[in-house]
Amino acid sequence: MHELSIVLNILEIAEHQLKEHAGNKVDAIELEIGTMAGIEMDAFHFAWDAALPGSVLERCKLTIHSVDAKALCSECGYMYRMLEHYMACPACGSFRNSMIQGKELKVNSLEII
Amino acid sequence: MCSTCGCGHADMITITKIGDEENHEHFSLHAEEAVSHAHHHHHHESGQAHTHRHVHEDGTVAHHHHEVPTSRIVVDLEMDILHKNDLMASRNRGYFEALQIVALNLVSSPGSGKTSLLETTLTALSSEVNCHVIEGDQQSSNDAQRIAETQVPVVQINTGKACHLDAQMVQKAYKQLSPENRSILFIENVGNLVCPAMFDLGESARVVIISVTEGDDKPIKYPDMFHSADICVINKIDLLPYVQFDVDKVKEYALRVNPNLEFFELSATTGEGMESWYKWLHDRLRDAP
Ligand SMILES: Nc1nc2c(ncn2[C@@H]2O[C@H](COP(=O)(O)OP(=O)(O)O)[C@@H](O)[C@H]2O)c(=O)[nH]1
Ligand SMILES: [Mg+2]
Ligand SMILES: [Zn+2]
Ligand SMILES: [Zn+2]
Ligand SMILES: [Zn+2]
Ligand SMILES: [Zn+2]
Repeated sequence: MHELSIVLNILEIAEHQLKEHAGNKVDAIELEIGTMAGIEMDAFHFAWDAALPGSVLERCKLTIHSVDAKALCSECGYMYRMLEHYMACPACGSFRNSMIQGKELKVNSLEII
Repeated sequence: MCSTCGCGHADMITITKIGDEENHEHFSLHAEEAVSHAHHHHHHESGQAHTHRHVHEDGTVAHHHHEVPTSRIVVDLEMDILHKNDLMASRNRGYFEALQIVALNLVSSPGSGKTSLLETTLTALSSEVNCHVIEGDQQSSNDAQRIAETQVPVVQINTGKACHLDAQMVQKAYKQLSPENRSILFIENVGNLVCPAMFDLGESARVVIISVTEGDDKPIKYPDMFHSADICVINKIDLLPYVQFDVDKVKEYALRVNPNLEFFELSATTGEGMESWYKWLHDRLRDAP
Protein backbone atom coordinates (compact mmCIF):
# COMPACT_ATOMS: atom_id res chain seq x y z
CA MET A 1 0.00 0.00 0.00
CA HIS A 2 1.96 3.00 -1.24
CA GLU A 3 -0.88 5.22 -0.02
CA LEU A 4 0.62 4.80 3.45
CA SER A 5 3.94 6.19 2.22
CA ILE A 6 2.07 9.05 0.62
CA VAL A 7 0.34 9.84 3.91
CA LEU A 8 3.67 9.65 5.75
CA ASN A 9 5.19 12.05 3.24
CA ILE A 10 2.33 14.48 3.82
CA LEU A 11 2.86 14.13 7.55
CA GLU A 12 6.52 14.92 7.17
CA ILE A 13 5.74 18.03 5.12
CA ALA A 14 3.19 19.11 7.74
CA GLU A 15 5.58 18.56 10.65
CA HIS A 16 8.23 20.56 8.87
CA GLN A 17 5.86 23.47 8.18
CA LEU A 18 4.61 23.42 11.75
CA LYS A 19 8.15 23.68 13.05
CA GLU A 20 9.02 26.41 10.60
CA HIS A 21 5.99 28.50 11.58
CA ALA A 22 6.20 27.65 15.27
CA GLY A 23 2.57 26.49 15.28
CA ASN A 24 0.86 24.01 17.56
CA LYS A 25 -1.32 22.13 15.20
CA VAL A 26 -2.38 21.81 11.61
CA ASP A 27 -6.05 22.73 11.51
CA ALA A 28 -6.72 22.18 7.83
CA ILE A 29 -4.92 20.81 4.82
CA GLU A 30 -5.75 20.96 1.13
CA LEU A 31 -4.42 18.39 -1.29
CA GLU A 32 -4.59 18.13 -5.04
CA ILE A 33 -4.73 14.61 -6.43
CA GLY A 34 -4.98 13.81 -10.13
CA THR A 35 -7.17 10.95 -11.25
CA MET A 36 -4.07 9.37 -12.88
CA ALA A 37 -1.74 9.95 -9.95
CA GLY A 38 -1.93 6.28 -8.99
CA ILE A 39 -3.80 6.86 -5.76
CA GLU A 40 -6.65 4.59 -4.77
CA MET A 41 -8.85 6.95 -2.77
CA ASP A 42 -10.30 4.26 -0.50
CA ALA A 43 -6.82 3.08 0.37
CA PHE A 44 -5.73 6.67 0.86
CA HIS A 45 -8.48 7.41 3.39
CA PHE A 46 -7.78 4.14 5.14
CA ALA A 47 -4.09 5.01 5.44
CA TRP A 48 -4.97 8.55 6.53
CA ASP A 49 -7.16 7.30 9.36
CA ALA A 50 -4.65 4.66 10.38
CA ALA A 51 -1.48 6.74 10.35
CA LEU A 52 -2.51 10.05 11.88
CA PRO A 53 -3.81 9.49 15.42
CA GLY A 54 -1.35 11.12 17.80
CA SER A 55 0.30 13.12 15.01
CA VAL A 56 0.15 16.83 14.16
CA LEU A 57 -2.47 16.04 11.51
CA GLU A 58 -4.87 14.35 13.90
CA ARG A 59 -8.40 15.69 13.43
CA CYS A 60 -7.33 18.26 10.88
CA LYS A 61 -9.79 19.17 8.17
CA LEU A 62 -8.86 17.40 4.95
CA THR A 63 -9.92 18.79 1.58
CA ILE A 64 -8.99 16.93 -1.57
CA HIS A 65 -9.26 18.59 -4.97
CA SER A 66 -9.48 15.94 -7.63
CA VAL A 67 -8.00 16.82 -11.02
CA ASP A 68 -9.45 15.09 -14.08
CA ALA A 69 -6.81 13.70 -16.40
CA LYS A 70 -6.58 15.28 -19.84
CA ALA A 71 -4.58 14.09 -22.79
CA LEU A 72 -3.49 15.73 -26.00
CA CYS A 73 -3.49 13.37 -28.97
CA SER A 74 -0.07 13.25 -30.61
CA GLU A 75 -1.55 12.32 -34.00
CA CYS A 76 -4.45 14.72 -34.46
CA GLY A 77 -4.10 17.25 -31.64
CA TYR A 78 -7.49 16.53 -30.11
CA MET A 79 -7.70 17.19 -26.37
CA TYR A 80 -9.76 14.70 -24.39
CA ARG A 81 -10.58 13.61 -20.88
CA MET A 82 -8.58 10.51 -20.15
CA LEU A 83 -10.27 7.82 -18.15
CA GLU A 84 -7.53 5.19 -18.44
CA HIS A 85 -3.96 5.11 -19.70
CA TYR A 86 -5.06 2.84 -22.51
CA MET A 87 -7.80 5.10 -23.75
CA ALA A 88 -7.62 5.79 -27.47
CA CYS A 89 -8.18 9.26 -28.86
CA PRO A 90 -11.94 9.53 -29.47
CA ALA A 91 -11.25 11.55 -32.61
CA CYS A 92 -8.70 9.41 -34.45
CA GLY A 93 -8.19 6.22 -32.41
CA SER A 94 -4.49 6.75 -31.72
CA PHE A 95 -2.94 5.64 -28.43
CA ARG A 96 -0.14 8.18 -28.70
CA ASN A 97 -0.73 11.15 -26.48
CA SER A 98 0.79 13.36 -23.87
CA MET A 99 -0.91 13.86 -20.57
CA ILE A 100 -1.70 17.51 -19.90
CA GLN A 101 -2.93 17.05 -16.36
CA GLY A 102 -4.03 14.31 -14.00
CA LYS A 103 -0.73 13.28 -12.38
CA GLU A 104 -0.94 15.93 -9.64
CA LEU A 105 -0.03 14.83 -6.14
CA LYS A 106 0.44 17.99 -4.12
CA VAL A 107 -0.08 19.69 -0.81
CA ASN A 108 -1.72 22.96 -1.87
CA SER A 109 -1.99 24.63 1.49
CA LEU A 110 -1.99 24.22 5.24
CA GLU A 111 -3.69 26.16 7.99
CA ILE A 112 -1.63 26.27 11.12
CA ILE A 113 -2.89 27.39 14.53
CA MET B 1 13.40 -7.22 15.39
CA CYS B 2 16.58 -7.46 13.36
CA SER B 3 17.76 -11.06 13.05
CA THR B 4 21.41 -10.09 12.58
CA CYS B 5 21.96 -7.78 15.52
CA GLY B 6 18.86 -8.49 17.55
CA CYS B 7 18.07 -4.83 17.97
CA GLY B 8 14.44 -4.00 18.49
CA HIS B 9 13.85 -1.19 16.03
CA ALA B 10 10.47 -2.13 14.67
CA ASP B 11 9.26 -0.99 11.24
CA MET B 12 12.75 -0.34 10.02
CA ILE B 13 14.31 -0.55 6.61
CA THR B 14 17.40 -2.79 6.74
CA ILE B 15 20.25 -2.65 4.25
CA THR B 16 22.71 -5.54 4.26
CA LYS B 17 25.67 -6.20 2.01
CA ILE B 18 26.02 -9.92 1.53
CA GLY B 19 29.41 -10.98 2.95
CA ASP B 20 29.50 -7.93 5.24
CA GLU B 21 26.44 -8.56 7.37
CA GLU B 22 27.98 -6.99 10.48
CA ASN B 23 27.80 -3.52 8.97
CA HIS B 24 24.16 -3.55 8.07
CA GLU B 25 22.20 -0.38 8.48
CA HIS B 26 18.69 0.41 9.76
CA PHE B 27 16.65 3.47 9.12
CA SER B 28 13.08 4.50 9.48
CA LEU B 29 10.62 5.27 6.71
CA HIS B 30 9.33 8.23 8.58
CA ALA B 31 12.78 9.63 8.64
CA GLU B 32 13.35 11.36 11.96
CA GLU B 33 15.58 8.57 13.18
CA ALA B 34 18.46 6.77 11.50
CA VAL B 35 20.49 4.04 13.12
CA SER B 36 23.56 2.30 11.83
CA HIS B 37 25.58 -0.43 13.47
CA ALA B 38 29.18 -0.03 12.41
CA HIS B 39 30.81 -3.07 13.98
CA HIS B 40 27.81 -3.34 16.20
CA HIS B 41 28.22 -0.09 18.02
CA HIS B 42 24.89 1.60 17.85
CA HIS B 43 25.08 5.10 16.47
CA HIS B 44 21.83 6.94 16.68
CA GLU B 45 22.19 9.73 14.20
CA SER B 46 19.57 12.37 14.47
CA GLY B 47 17.67 12.32 11.15
CA GLN B 48 18.61 14.20 8.03
CA ALA B 49 18.97 17.92 8.30
CA HIS B 50 15.84 19.49 6.93
CA THR B 51 17.19 22.06 4.60
CA HIS B 52 14.88 22.63 1.74
CA ARG B 53 13.27 25.67 0.31
CA HIS B 54 10.13 25.64 -1.68
CA VAL B 55 10.77 27.14 -5.04
CA HIS B 56 8.21 27.59 -7.77
CA GLU B 57 9.07 26.64 -11.31
CA ASP B 58 9.54 30.31 -12.14
CA GLY B 59 12.15 30.48 -9.40
CA THR B 60 10.23 32.47 -6.83
CA VAL B 61 10.27 31.15 -3.32
CA ALA B 62 6.86 29.74 -2.49
CA HIS B 63 6.51 30.82 1.02
CA HIS B 64 3.99 33.60 1.08
CA HIS B 65 1.89 33.20 4.16
CA HIS B 66 -0.98 35.37 5.05
CA GLU B 67 -1.17 36.12 8.73
CA VAL B 68 -4.86 35.98 9.62
CA PRO B 69 -6.00 37.65 12.90
CA THR B 70 -6.76 34.65 15.16
CA SER B 71 -3.09 33.65 14.96
CA ARG B 72 -4.05 31.30 12.18
CA ILE B 73 -1.43 31.00 9.46
CA VAL B 74 -2.32 29.89 5.96
CA VAL B 75 0.68 28.49 4.13
CA ASP B 76 0.29 28.34 0.36
CA LEU B 77 2.67 25.54 -0.30
CA GLU B 78 1.95 23.98 -3.70
CA MET B 79 4.43 21.26 -2.88
CA ASP B 80 4.69 17.86 -4.55
CA ILE B 81 4.02 15.22 -1.95
CA LEU B 82 6.81 13.10 -3.41
CA HIS B 83 9.24 16.02 -3.71
CA LYS B 84 11.68 14.42 -1.30
CA ASN B 85 11.79 11.19 -3.28
CA ASP B 86 12.01 13.03 -6.59
CA LEU B 87 14.88 15.17 -5.33
CA MET B 88 16.74 12.12 -4.08
CA ALA B 89 16.03 10.31 -7.37
CA SER B 90 17.52 13.12 -9.41
CA ARG B 91 20.61 13.04 -7.21
CA ASN B 92 20.90 9.32 -7.83
CA ARG B 93 20.45 9.88 -11.55
CA GLY B 94 23.18 12.51 -11.54
CA TYR B 95 25.51 10.16 -9.71
CA PHE B 96 24.82 7.31 -12.15
CA GLU B 97 25.32 9.56 -15.16
CA ALA B 98 28.56 10.99 -13.81
CA LEU B 99 29.95 7.48 -13.38
CA GLN B 100 28.35 6.20 -16.60
CA ILE B 101 26.47 3.58 -14.65
CA VAL B 102 23.44 2.01 -16.31
CA ALA B 103 20.92 1.58 -13.49
CA LEU B 104 17.94 -0.67 -14.23
CA ASN B 105 14.83 -0.84 -12.08
CA LEU B 106 13.28 -4.32 -12.48
CA VAL B 107 9.62 -4.53 -11.55
CA SER B 108 7.03 -7.31 -11.77
CA SER B 109 4.51 -9.32 -9.82
CA PRO B 110 6.05 -11.83 -7.41
CA GLY B 111 7.34 -14.88 -9.27
CA SER B 112 7.59 -13.45 -12.81
CA GLY B 113 11.29 -14.25 -12.82
CA LYS B 114 13.23 -11.11 -11.86
CA THR B 115 15.79 -12.97 -9.78
CA SER B 116 16.07 -15.77 -12.35
CA LEU B 117 16.62 -13.26 -15.14
CA LEU B 118 19.38 -11.66 -13.07
CA GLU B 119 21.04 -14.99 -12.23
CA THR B 120 21.20 -16.00 -15.89
CA THR B 121 22.27 -12.53 -17.04
CA LEU B 122 25.01 -12.20 -14.43
CA THR B 123 26.36 -15.66 -15.14
CA ALA B 124 26.65 -14.75 -18.82
CA LEU B 125 27.90 -11.16 -18.51
CA SER B 126 29.80 -10.66 -15.30
CA SER B 127 33.13 -11.75 -16.77
CA GLU B 128 32.99 -8.98 -19.41
CA VAL B 129 30.95 -6.27 -17.68
CA ASN B 130 31.12 -4.93 -14.12
CA CYS B 131 27.76 -5.63 -12.50
CA HIS B 132 26.20 -4.86 -9.13
CA VAL B 133 22.84 -5.81 -7.72
CA ILE B 134 20.43 -4.28 -5.23
CA GLU B 135 17.73 -6.69 -4.08
CA GLY B 136 14.50 -5.31 -2.65
CA ASP B 137 12.21 -7.56 -0.62
CA GLN B 138 9.93 -6.92 2.29
CA GLN B 139 11.68 -9.68 4.19
CA SER B 140 14.46 -12.30 3.87
CA SER B 141 17.72 -12.20 1.99
CA ASN B 142 16.98 -15.28 -0.11
CA ASP B 143 17.18 -13.44 -3.42
CA ALA B 144 20.43 -11.70 -2.48
CA GLN B 145 21.88 -15.08 -1.48
CA ARG B 146 20.93 -16.44 -4.92
CA ILE B 147 22.68 -13.49 -6.59
CA ALA B 148 25.74 -13.87 -4.34
CA GLU B 149 26.23 -17.37 -5.80
CA THR B 150 27.16 -15.68 -9.10
CA GLN B 151 29.98 -13.80 -7.26
CA VAL B 152 28.45 -10.43 -8.17
CA PRO B 153 28.40 -7.88 -5.31
CA VAL B 154 24.89 -7.58 -3.92
CA VAL B 155 23.09 -5.58 -1.25
CA GLN B 156 19.77 -6.67 0.18
CA ILE B 157 17.21 -4.03 1.16
CA ASN B 158 14.48 -5.32 3.44
CA THR B 159 11.68 -2.81 3.28
CA GLY B 160 9.59 -4.26 6.13
CA LYS B 161 6.12 -2.82 5.75
CA ALA B 162 6.85 -0.80 2.63
CA CYS B 163 5.89 -2.55 -0.59
CA HIS B 164 8.30 -0.67 -2.86
CA LEU B 165 11.83 0.69 -2.97
CA ASP B 166 12.36 4.42 -2.85
CA ALA B 167 15.21 6.65 -3.94
CA GLN B 168 16.63 7.03 -0.45
CA MET B 169 16.85 3.28 0.14
CA VAL B 170 18.61 2.88 -3.20
CA GLN B 171 21.07 5.63 -2.37
CA LYS B 172 22.02 3.98 0.91
CA ALA B 173 22.37 0.66 -0.87
CA TYR B 174 24.65 1.82 -3.69
CA LYS B 175 26.84 3.63 -1.18
CA GLN B 176 27.54 0.21 0.34
CA LEU B 177 28.29 -1.20 -3.12
CA SER B 178 30.31 1.74 -4.48
CA PRO B 179 29.89 0.61 -8.09
CA GLU B 180 32.71 1.52 -10.47
CA ASN B 181 32.64 3.54 -13.68
CA ARG B 182 30.90 1.99 -16.66
CA SER B 183 29.05 -0.71 -14.81
CA ILE B 184 25.50 -1.98 -14.73
CA LEU B 185 23.50 -1.67 -11.53
CA PHE B 186 20.51 -4.01 -11.46
CA ILE B 187 17.86 -3.04 -8.93
CA GLU B 188 15.26 -5.75 -8.25
CA ASN B 189 12.25 -3.96 -6.82
CA VAL B 190 9.73 -5.49 -4.43
CA GLY B 191 7.38 -7.86 -6.30
CA ASN B 192 4.36 -5.66 -6.84
CA LEU B 193 2.96 -4.07 -10.00
CA VAL B 194 1.27 -1.15 -8.27
CA CYS B 195 3.31 0.63 -5.62
CA PRO B 196 6.77 0.77 -7.23
CA ALA B 197 5.30 2.63 -10.22
CA MET B 198 5.15 5.91 -8.29
CA PHE B 199 8.65 5.93 -6.93
CA ASP B 200 11.41 7.13 -9.22
CA LEU B 201 14.70 5.60 -8.07
CA GLY B 202 16.84 7.62 -10.46
CA GLU B 203 17.14 4.62 -12.77
CA SER B 204 18.32 4.88 -16.38
CA ALA B 205 15.51 2.59 -17.51
CA ARG B 206 12.59 0.80 -15.97
CA VAL B 207 12.12 -2.83 -16.97
CA VAL B 208 8.76 -4.48 -16.37
CA ILE B 209 8.69 -8.28 -16.48
CA ILE B 210 5.62 -10.36 -17.20
CA SER B 211 5.66 -14.14 -17.49
CA VAL B 212 3.47 -16.23 -19.76
CA THR B 213 1.85 -17.92 -16.76
CA GLU B 214 0.15 -14.61 -15.93
CA GLY B 215 -2.86 -13.07 -17.61
CA ASP B 216 -2.16 -11.47 -20.98
CA ASP B 217 -4.34 -8.51 -19.97
CA LYS B 218 -1.95 -7.46 -17.19
CA PRO B 219 -0.86 -4.29 -19.01
CA ILE B 220 -4.37 -2.86 -18.85
CA LYS B 221 -4.93 -4.11 -15.32
CA TYR B 222 -1.76 -2.39 -14.11
CA PRO B 223 -1.52 0.50 -16.56
CA ASP B 224 0.54 2.81 -14.32
CA MET B 225 3.42 0.39 -14.25
CA PHE B 226 3.39 -0.35 -17.98
CA HIS B 227 2.98 3.34 -18.68
CA SER B 228 6.08 4.22 -16.68
CA ALA B 229 8.29 1.40 -18.02
CA ASP B 230 10.77 1.63 -20.90
CA ILE B 231 11.28 -2.07 -21.50
CA CYS B 232 8.94 -5.03 -21.23
CA VAL B 233 10.43 -8.49 -20.81
CA ILE B 234 8.08 -11.38 -21.55
CA ASN B 235 9.59 -14.26 -19.58
CA LYS B 236 9.07 -18.04 -19.39
CA ILE B 237 8.42 -18.42 -23.12
CA ASP B 238 9.53 -22.06 -22.72
CA LEU B 239 6.09 -22.60 -21.14
CA LEU B 240 4.13 -21.13 -24.07
CA PRO B 241 3.05 -24.56 -25.40
CA TYR B 242 1.37 -25.33 -22.08
CA VAL B 243 -0.48 -22.13 -21.29
CA GLN B 244 -3.17 -19.91 -22.77
CA PHE B 245 -1.12 -16.80 -23.31
CA ASP B 246 -1.25 -14.71 -26.45
CA VAL B 247 2.06 -12.88 -26.91
CA ASP B 248 0.65 -10.61 -29.62
CA LYS B 249 -2.26 -9.68 -27.42
CA VAL B 250 -0.10 -8.77 -24.44
CA LYS B 251 2.05 -6.61 -26.70
CA GLU B 252 -0.97 -4.92 -28.19
CA TYR B 253 -2.37 -4.13 -24.74
CA ALA B 254 1.01 -2.91 -23.53
CA LEU B 255 1.44 -0.63 -26.54
CA ARG B 256 -1.96 0.91 -25.93
CA VAL B 257 -0.80 1.93 -22.49
CA ASN B 258 2.67 2.91 -23.66
CA PRO B 259 3.38 3.15 -27.41
CA ASN B 260 7.12 3.50 -26.75
CA LEU B 261 7.67 0.16 -24.98
CA GLU B 262 10.40 -2.11 -26.31
CA PHE B 263 9.94 -5.88 -25.89
CA PHE B 264 12.14 -8.88 -25.22
CA GLU B 265 10.70 -12.39 -25.32
CA LEU B 266 12.87 -14.85 -23.46
CA SER B 267 13.23 -17.69 -21.02
CA ALA B 268 15.47 -17.02 -18.07
CA THR B 269 15.76 -20.73 -17.35
CA THR B 270 16.41 -22.18 -20.83
CA GLY B 271 18.31 -19.12 -22.08
CA GLU B 272 16.15 -18.83 -25.21
CA GLY B 273 15.95 -15.23 -26.45
CA MET B 274 18.57 -13.96 -24.01
CA GLU B 275 21.01 -12.83 -26.73
CA SER B 276 19.01 -9.76 -27.76
CA TRP B 277 18.61 -8.78 -24.10
CA TYR B 278 22.40 -9.02 -23.66
CA LYS B 279 22.90 -6.97 -26.79
CA TRP B 280 20.58 -4.30 -25.45
CA LEU B 281 22.53 -4.21 -22.18
CA HIS B 282 25.85 -3.88 -24.03
CA ASP B 283 24.42 -1.12 -26.22
CA ARG B 284 23.11 0.79 -23.22
CA LEU B 285 26.48 0.57 -21.56
CA ARG B 286 28.30 1.66 -24.71
CA ASP B 287 25.95 4.61 -25.18
CA ALA B 288 25.98 5.64 -21.51
CA PRO B 289 26.28 9.43 -21.61
N1 LIG C 1 9.77 -22.40 -16.81
C1 LIG C 1 10.34 -21.26 -16.40
N2 LIG C 1 10.36 -20.95 -15.09
C2 LIG C 1 10.96 -19.79 -14.71
C3 LIG C 1 11.56 -18.93 -15.66
N3 LIG C 1 12.05 -17.86 -14.99
C4 LIG C 1 11.77 -18.08 -13.67
N4 LIG C 1 11.12 -19.24 -13.50
C5 LIG C 1 10.64 -19.82 -12.24
O1 LIG C 1 9.68 -18.96 -11.66
C6 LIG C 1 9.80 -18.96 -10.24
C7 LIG C 1 9.94 -17.54 -9.72
O2 LIG C 1 11.16 -16.99 -10.22
P1 LIG C 1 11.93 -15.80 -9.49
O3 LIG C 1 13.11 -15.49 -10.32
O4 LIG C 1 12.18 -16.12 -8.06
O5 LIG C 1 10.84 -14.62 -9.58
P2 LIG C 1 10.82 -13.17 -8.89
O6 LIG C 1 9.90 -13.27 -7.73
O7 LIG C 1 10.27 -12.26 -9.95
O8 LIG C 1 12.22 -12.84 -8.52
C8 LIG C 1 10.98 -19.84 -9.92
O9 LIG C 1 10.52 -21.10 -9.56
C9 LIG C 1 11.76 -19.89 -11.22
O10 LIG C 1 12.49 -21.07 -11.37
C10 LIG C 1 11.52 -19.29 -17.04
O11 LIG C 1 12.00 -18.57 -17.94
N5 LIG C 1 10.89 -20.46 -17.35
MG1 LIG D 1 13.00 -12.16 -6.65
ZN1 LIG E 1 0.14 0.39 -2.82
ZN1 LIG F 1 4.22 0.69 -1.69
ZN1 LIG G 1 -6.37 11.86 -32.19
ZN1 LIG H 1 20.41 -4.74 13.08
